[in-house]
Amino acid sequence: MSKDVAIIGVGQSTFVRNYPGSIRELAFEAWREAAQDAGITAKDINASVICSAPEYDLQRSPAGVIAEYLGLTPQPTFAIESVCSSSTSGLRVAYSMVKAGLHDIVAVVGFQKMSEITSADSQERMGRGSDIQWESPFGTMMPAYYAMHAAAHFKQYGSTEKDLAMIRAKSTTYGAINERAVYRKVLTVDDCLDAPVVTSPLKKFDCCANADGSSCVIVASADRAKELCKKPVWFMGLGSGSASVTLTGRDNCYGLTAAMKAAQDAYAMAGIKPQDVKVAEVHDCFTIAEMLAYEALGFAEPGKGVEIVREGQNLIDGKIPVNVDGGLLSKGHPIGATGGSQVRTIVLQLRDEAGPMQVPGQPEIGLVHNVGGVGLYANVTILGR
Amino acid sequence: MSFNKFGRKSFASQTKVDAFVDYLEKGEVRGTQCKSCGKKFFPPRADCDQCLSSDMDWMKIEGVGDLVTFTRQGFAPTGFEKDVPYTTGMANFDGVQVFGRLADSINAEEVEIGMKVAVRTIQYDDGQLSYEFIKA
Repeated sequence: MSKDVAIIGVGQSTFVRNYPGSIRELAFEAWREAAQDAGITAKDINASVICSAPEYDLQRSPAGVIAEYLGLTPQPTFAIESVCSSSTSGLRVAYSMVKAGLHDIVAVVGFQKMSEITSADSQERMGRGSDIQWESPFGTMMPAYYAMHAAAHFKQYGSTEKDLAMIRAKSTTYGAINERAVYRKVLTVDDCLDAPVVTSPLKKFDCCANADGSSCVIVASADRAKELCKKPVWFMGLGSGSASVTLTGRDNCYGLTAAMKAAQDAYAMAGIKPQDVKVAEVHDCFTIAEMLAYEALGFAEPGKGVEIVREGQNLIDGKIPVNVDGGLLSKGHPIGATGGSQVRTIVLQLRDEAGPMQVPGQPEIGLVHNVGGVGLYANVTILGR
Repeated sequence: MSFNKFGRKSFASQTKVDAFVDYLEKGEVRGTQCKSCGKKFFPPRADCDQCLSSDMDWMKIEGVGDLVTFTRQGFAPTGFEKDVPYTTGMANFDGVQVFGRLADSINAEEVEIGMKVAVRTIQYDDGQLSYEFIKA
């Protein structure tokens, strides 16, 4: 493994329903934890990358406001956006800047205060979540697109509503032991199956919990990482991809090609195989998204994701522990903060500091799969210690 | 004709392919096909990403298609609440995929992937133009 760019600090706020403060104060919570974790101060940061989905922000161009409040001026700052995968897109940019030698230490700050806008405004934005020229006029919404992927996956591969319910029941088991999670209740498979339908075949608990939250990841060059950090976690592979916004441009609806491309590129860069990954965080905005992730990441062959679920391979002591922090489903999904929070979980796992969520056996390699839109953007990041 | 006549609710008013709406008014659903390289597009495009030409023919979507996937939506964004529940989905017409809603006349219980559908144009009470899938 080439050890040239590292993560030296991670932080996240507790994910909550209604954060009783402003976006700058929310971002500060993650920054403070990451800075303390890295043992650095604002003056050590050479640049900051601020990540959020702007449709939820009242503040125009929030990067400046966040950088000011964190004490990160006059260093360069700017925003990076790819909806739900914004903060791993920011991480990709931070990696590139450090690898290029432009900066030694870069902070990636992700945040979202989804309660910043009213429920009515949220409903209105929901209508513009797909291609506004060709598909929004039919009244589509994000859960509907994932539901269409679930229906297609059921038909193509024989997966079932019960498989999806098992994914959610698993996430609640771990959400219950994660103090930073927004949804702490434990649900049984039957609870999930009995819940009201949102958009067939997805039911209430197949959908992630909206939340307010922030995350921060501090990226450093090898020299600075070795100097500052006892347990640096190294970038092994970064892959990224995109796909058509319109569903009509997709080859099929039972897989996400952007995530497949991102995974292939990340594995190739890292020089590893899927079975080398010992702990993973995948983008489970809906239960079906976790199923699609198993197959995109090669944890299972296409169509065999159901075996991971039915055999419990995805549990904390299973073959490939997935989302043992509760995932987006239970930990919550504050859009711009999500990727950074996933990265934090993997960094803690690789440092053997994940507390009750720690995967046994001291995992050496972990993976983060973070998707924006319905497979519109995808980032896969492989980390090692 | 302005493009904002397209859809139950429109979000876009200007496009070079606004003739799409004129065809809807005539009862036709059309995509475009590049005159230079032959690539087919639905939804229609003014410009070909394959050969960079902007010389397009209007290609009719007709015949029988296969339903690729669908969902019965119990919730809707702002502006669509009155229509709930409704079914959105995608169908494949001889290699050209079309996204849209299924007609309310189709019994929701009967909808399944692979079912045969056709497209027909519709006009809502407020004059908005669109198309929907019906059983073929």
